[in-house]
Amino acid sequence: MPDEKNLCLSGSGLTKVFGFGRQKCVAVDHVDFNFYEGEIVSIVGESGSGKTTLAKILLGLINPTEGEVYFQGTKRDIGTQKKKKEYWKSIQAIFQDPFSSYNIFNKIDAVLLDCIHMRGGRRLPRAEKVALMTEACSFVNLKFEELTNKYPFELSGGQMQRLMIARIFLLRPQILLADEPTSMIDACSRSTILGMLMNLHFETGMTLIFITHDIGLAYYVSDTIYIMEHGKFIESGTPDEVILHPKEAYTRRLINDVPKIHEEWDLSTV
Amino acid sequence: MSNPVMLEVKGLTTKYITRFREDVYAVDHVSLKVEEGKSLGIAGESGCGKSTLALSLMGYYFPPLHYTSGEIIIDGRNISRMDPDDIRRDILGTEISYIPQSAMNALNPTQKIISFIEDVVQAHEPSRTKKDIHDLARKSFEVLGLPAEVLQKYPVELSGGMKQRTVIATSVILSPKVLIADEPSSALDVTSQKMVIKMLKNLLEHGFTKSMIFITHELPLLYNVTDDIMVMYAGQIVEKGTAQEAVFDPLHPYSKGLMGSIIVPEYGLRDVELTAIPGVPPNLKNPPAGCRFAERCKYVRAECEANPVPLHDVGGGRAYRCILSERELRDFYTREAHMREAHQNAG
Repeated sequence: MPDEKNLCLSGSGLTKVFGFGRQKCVAVDHVDFNFYEGEIVSIVGESGSGKTTLAKILLGLINPTEGEVYFQGTKRDIGTQKKKKEYWKSIQAIFQDPFSSYNIFNKIDAVLLDCIHMRGGRRLPRAEKVALMTEACSFVNLKFEELTNKYPFELSGGQMQRLMIARIFLLRPQILLADEPTSMIDACSRSTILGMLMNLHFETGMTLIFITHDIGLAYYVSDTIYIMEHGKFIESGTPDEVILHPKEAYTRRLINDVPKIHEEWDLSTV
Repeated sequence: MSNPVMLEVKGLTTKYITRFREDVYAVDHVSLKVEEGKSLGIAGESGCGKSTLALSLMGYYFPPLHYTSGEIIIDGRNISRMDPDDIRRDILGTEISYIPQSAMNALNPTQKIISFIEDVVQAHEPSRTKKDIHDLARKSFEVLGLPAEVLQKYPVELSGGMKQRTVIATSVILSPKVLIADEPSSALDVTSQKMVIKMLKNLLEHGFTKSMIFITHELPLLYNVTDDIMVMYAGQIVEKGTAQEAVFDPLHPYSKGLMGSIIVPEYGLRDVELTAIPGVPPNLKNPPAGCRFAERCKYVRAECEANPVPLHDVGGGRAYRCILSERELRDFYTREAHMREAHQNAG
């Protein structure tokens, strides 16, 4: 936990409604939150609970129907494309499916060079750029020499997800939003990816927002957990409060539905 | 050894032939035994041969997968050299049944569930009448806790979890001796996953299937479902034991690494340091001569890379594939645990 709490990202009354009339669907329903600098936050919910819609609002990809997002205490202004690009320097994301996260026509160097350019390194000499890219790749246990001149589809899923983290390493945003970062990879690579994200968090002090349905993962990594049901935050608190002493029936059900190893897994409740 | 053996596999080896005529031995001398009423779990990373083993166990090979050697014996009947057409007619569905991860995609969108079941039954037992099949379907759906209305519905009207359970129920309608479930719940959310697992356990208890092989990389799930666990690495078995032993007292360094990556929401998890195994499994086109895990192993020695390592039988159904003795391995693990503890107390 950070010593002094500086507000990083907050929202008040955030709402997103899709459709209208009889087809109206409230995906995010008057959500309030305060995320602090350097905090690791998890937003947990089942599929269809509105997690990803909230993530898209936070990233500025869709506009909320109601409510405001505050970035570092002031109202977020992303009215123009230029302002949006400026905002994306401070918030970046990793998505569930690494295969769809890349431009298939761009080689790996281009992906990483883009990041250097975004940070204002366009005029750096080539050798320095290569040094930066090599450093980023070695941070995630990839070898830059093996990757140059390759296209994203030539990598495995785990490698692509690691390359995603190398991008974040170069970009150094203040906030990283990870939307189901480990749900498509197996349990063993999951701990590798998590370890890398934790190292990155430790090194840069960035705010990490995990969006996940994996309640075990949320319990393991976070400082604060928010439980989301039907577009609302129904419960929040420290992991020990939420996971070990859940107040809401929904939270209890989520926890009960996950297989355990030290406690008995009660199958009679479904 | 009171129960009859339902499935026995002796030294099964199968290979893929790539389009460049290279042989890839994805299942390498695998032997296993499953008794009546028991379930066996297979764990391992992606790409270590779990799913290929599942396909090979059915005895039904199609290119690029080819049979090389070994025996598959189902309830005393050797199926390993049978003609593929005979296997399809006499073995699949009635003796051995298979549920893949995307089982729900097997449903035909233009057919009602009941006519799908009719097709399955009539393919194996042409003499059965429709009424007979309907009765059979209704009865087994009732025991498995599925609503009977589902039978008259089209697949699009059902949720993903319900479709998956419907296909599972259909796969055991002819009471196979062995059921192979390959990641049956990975594409589902936690609640549907729990329902699928409950159903699989019911299948065994009510005798819809006589034995089960369950494949997943989710260790907590495996631990809760199966009696025994087998860990695979690079096409070979590296550890065998009861679920309790494999999870809480693994011997092989690879299994130890796997068990160190378990994340479950229960008290004490936040104090555990997750371990990750660096590197990737070897390319099986030209596998290492010695121990296949040597490259990624913390305790590697010069001898490891020289000769193939045999599966070392410890007795009581336990075995592991490592040149180090049980004692040496356990010493390593306890020392590491102590070091971690000291490190935590200091930090």
